[in-house]
Amino acid sequence: MDEPLLKVRGLEVHFPIKRGIVLERQIGAVKAVDGVDLDIYKGKTLGLVGESGCGKSTLGRAILRLTKPTAGQVIYNGTDLAQLQGEDLRRQRRHMQMVFQDPMSSLNPRQSVETLVTEPLRAHGISFERHARVKELLELVGLPSSAANRYPHEFSGGQRQRIGIARAIALEPDLVIADEPVSALDVSIQAQVLNLLEELQERLNLTYLVIAHDLAVVRHVSDDVAVMYLGGIVEQAPSDDLYEQPLHPYTISLLSAIPVPNPEVEDRRERILLSGDLPSPANPPSGCRFHTRCPFRQETRCDDELPPLRELSPGHTVACHYAEEILDGKITPRSAEEMLTAGAS
Amino acid sequence: MSGDYLSGRPDEGNTTVVGDTDHDGALLEVNDLSVHFTRHGNKPVHAVDEVTFSVGAGENVALVGESGSGKSVTSLAIMGLLPKRGVEVAGSVAFAGRELIGLDESQMRNLRGAEMAMIFQDPMSSLNPVVPVGKQITEVLRRHRRISKPDSVTESVDLLQRVGIPDPARRVTEYPHQLSGGMRQRVLIAIALACQPRLLIADEPTTALDVTIQAQILELLRELVSGTGTALIMITHDLGVVASLCDRVHVMYSGRIVESNLRHQLFARPRHPYTGGLMESIPRLDQARGLPLTPIPGSPTDTLAWSQGCAFAPRCPNAAGDCKTQTPRLEMSDDRALRCFHPLDTEAARIGAARG
Amino acid sequence: MTTPPDVLVSPASSGDADSSESTSGESLWRGAFKRLRRSPMAIIGAAIMVVFVAVALLAPVLAPYEPASTQWTNLSTPVFVQGSNSEHLLGIDRWGSDMLTQLLFGARQSLIIGVVSTLIGLIAGAGLGTLAGGFGGWVDSLVMRFVDILLSIPSLLLAISIAAAMGKSSFALMVAIGAAQVPIFARLLRSSMLGQNRSDYVVAAESLGLRRRTIILGHVLPNSLGPTIVQATLNLATAIIEVAALSFLGLGNDDPAVAEWGRMIVSGQDRFLVAPWLAFYPGVCIAITALGFTLLGESMREALDPKQRR
Repeated sequence: MDEPLLKVRGLEVHFPIKRGIVLERQIGAVKAVDGVDLDIYKGKTLGLVGESGCGKSTLGRAILRLTKPTAGQVIYNGTDLAQLQGEDLRRQRRHMQMVFQDPMSSLNPRQSVETLVTEPLRAHGISFERHARVKELLELVGLPSSAANRYPHEFSGGQRQRIGIARAIALEPDLVIADEPVSALDVSIQAQVLNLLEELQERLNLTYLVIAHDLAVVRHVSDDVAVMYLGGIVEQAPSDDLYEQPLHPYTISLLSAIPVPNPEVEDRRERILLSGDLPSPANPPSGCRFHTRCPFRQETRCDDELPPLRELSPGHTVACHYAEEILDGKITPRSAEEMLTAGAS
Repeated sequence: MSGDYLSGRPDEGNTTVVGDTDHDGALLEVNDLSVHFTRHGNKPVHAVDEVTFSVGAGENVALVGESGSGKSVTSLAIMGLLPKRGVEVAGSVAFAGRELIGLDESQMRNLRGAEMAMIFQDPMSSLNPVVPVGKQITEVLRRHRRISKPDSVTESVDLLQRVGIPDPARRVTEYPHQLSGGMRQRVLIAIALACQPRLLIADEPTTALDVTIQAQILELLRELVSGTGTALIMITHDLGVVASLCDRVHVMYSGRIVESNLRHQLFARPRHPYTGGLMESIPRLDQARGLPLTPIPGSPTDTLAWSQGCAFAPRCPNAAGDCKTQTPRLEMSDDRALRCFHPLDTEAARIGAARG
Repeated sequence: MTTPPDVLVSPASSGDADSSESTSGESLWRGAFKRLRRSPMAIIGAAIMVVFVAVALLAPVLAPYEPASTQWTNLSTPVFVQGSNSEHLLGIDRWGSDMLTQLLFGARQSLIIGVVSTLIGLIAGAGLGTLAGGFGGWVDSLVMRFVDILLSIPSLLLAISIAAAMGKSSFALMVAIGAAQVPIFARLLRSSMLGQNRSDYVVAAESLGLRRRTIILGHVLPNSLGPTIVQATLNLATAIIEVAALSFLGLGNDDPAVAEWGRMIVSGQDRFLVAPWLAFYPGVCIAITALGFTLLGESMREALDPKQRR
């Protein structure tokens, strides 16, 4: 395989929990991201799924150095972004851009569209012909050039997201990290934005990291998908593989939990209901982080030993001690009621 | 087995009651409901118009639509929760044969909580942050059921147990912020269930929750409807939730119902271009990967006033001249209702549905 | 393109949209100004302010007499008390100067002191607030402790001590009143900047690789200024009252040739029972002016409130 565009190695983001007013002392840490390895390949889309609080947004921001990682490396073009400071870091930012979830709050309400999309160019000292460049960018994202002199609040949600995307591609970045790019939009608008992202990828040879909680959206846009749970990646595979044969119990439950807009399928579906909620990342469970909710949990080993990511088939890695047994049907899931009584005790 | 999460054992899964098609004497009958917002100085906004539907006991009805479709306003109007000033509610809402429109506030208050209850999208803002959750349940119990204080406490523990909250005896003393989002939504459902209401309205009850928690809550609602015969109105924009839970579906656009049908028929053969467009525009796990999405052009704010024509006409691929000059009527036939001059071709729709 | 662009939403202006607006868009400031124009409170406030400023500027033209010139007549009563045909519409004060003239020139004094002292407070306070809110960390701690010290001194006491230290002059009065306002502006701007710091568009600006300075001055500051501008307008009213108060305490400019409303009240107070208008007129002037600024400030607060946007 080619050399990846971006390599993430052992990335950790721990937020300290502090007590005391005068003499602050650290009493613990929220392990938002706890040792993540990722490879992002040029021209491809990597999807990152997980529930709220699993650390997927923090991971995205740590890669972009909007949050300082506490350990690990983010290697782009031979440089470790995690170690960069000040002006060096600022210069590197033009290669990686972000598309935000809420296009209203991520656009400065006092800037016109023209200022919004040209500001990054000016910040990096790139000379450009103002009108031509603005027109070109707006055309790329499917907005009329008359939009240039308007302000964000005058647009609908979908159009605002287009403005956000225009700003992100203005610097011709290599990598675009899209954090929940469609979840704030109306259903009928989501497809417009997803199609736009795909189209831009083809035209501009962009590489994407798409962070989302919606597995259907992630499957649609991604070549590879990584599933995150409580700060760590539990499974990663090519999109088709992951959805056809999920190996990790968490992925299996997640996929079985999503309602599908097809009553025929829904009526026949077997659901694996997970009990309880995500444990606190300040005090993650011992052993496998998922063992407190796992319907396939086996005594002691799951509680004591953190499973490493293992490659079971080419490109398909999973962090579960019993992935093979679960796949072969040797271990069957417990029902939600059993889980509930077990969890309450 | 792990790959076939879309299929499963045929003897399990579906626990919903098959919807009865006979609406005579239904529990809730909404007839020609309209809600107009009149702010002085501004033109009145027709938030909801000509909305007619009914819900029987043990039936599960969905109102589907995007922002601005009027689905939430409809539910608030049924519950009598709209502000009195600047709002005109017309039409009829009959609950167990009793007309609710025009009922005074104290009568409405006696009905709410006791006979009909509502759960909202954001459980945090619907719970009082400074009152323990147990007390919020016992308040409802004591007001509507007039039972003694110790009894109401045991009852509230029972209720929390029923909605699947582990260790309910401890949870009753906790405050909303100490609970997770899914727990809060369960508490809200427990409050709604406290007086065994005959009608439950759920306004986007799972939108703010994660998928695994959403599955738990949907399962809870499903059991509730099948087990106690409560009538449920589910308000949502998520077609997946509708497909898994609801018997009958009403699709709303810009304040009016544009299509109604039983669940299976609606998903197999959408007739209104908006319904069809919604189904084409979402990525689906039940279909092969890589199928292109066909978005609906424009945004939900690009509407035509219903008085001029069809509100969906500016975004509709089937729109013809008459769509912009005449208002389509809601044509009823058997189980179906459709408000469209140029519906999707049934054959084409069938092929489209078979695609998956 | 597989994705057809959305139809542009028509501009939100209510009916009176002219064609130029459909292409130029409406900025937030302009939208706020539009709402301001529709508010009766703002119009009354602005009218009072316009009259006040006009009077202050045109005092030499409007005044029937030279300021502080003594009109030796035996009458100190206004025209409506005495009857008709007086040369002095509002009577004369205890030194025999024409009351109307003194009031008109007093407006001038109040305006200058009010505006300059508020500007001193605003510039110093906003500077400190920007430092604290923009850079955070130890800069923030240092600046805010200094502001806390300023704040712990009662504002009138602070003003009195400054005025006492600098001697009796108009400038001392301005510095004194301005210094008392510094903590208000500093804290207000800092807190609204800190609020903006965590918002998505600031993170977005950082991810675009903008310089820290540009982010603070170009993004955070403009979005935080609203409450500060409102406060400045409200403080103008307070400053005018404080000028009067300090003059009343004898700390203002004691040149009798310079008319000042506060000192006019002082000089009128010992004759309050026999000639109440001597203190009444300047009092009314202060009240009306302060009311004008307050009305305008309050309606600006409403107009700039983001919740007021559709």
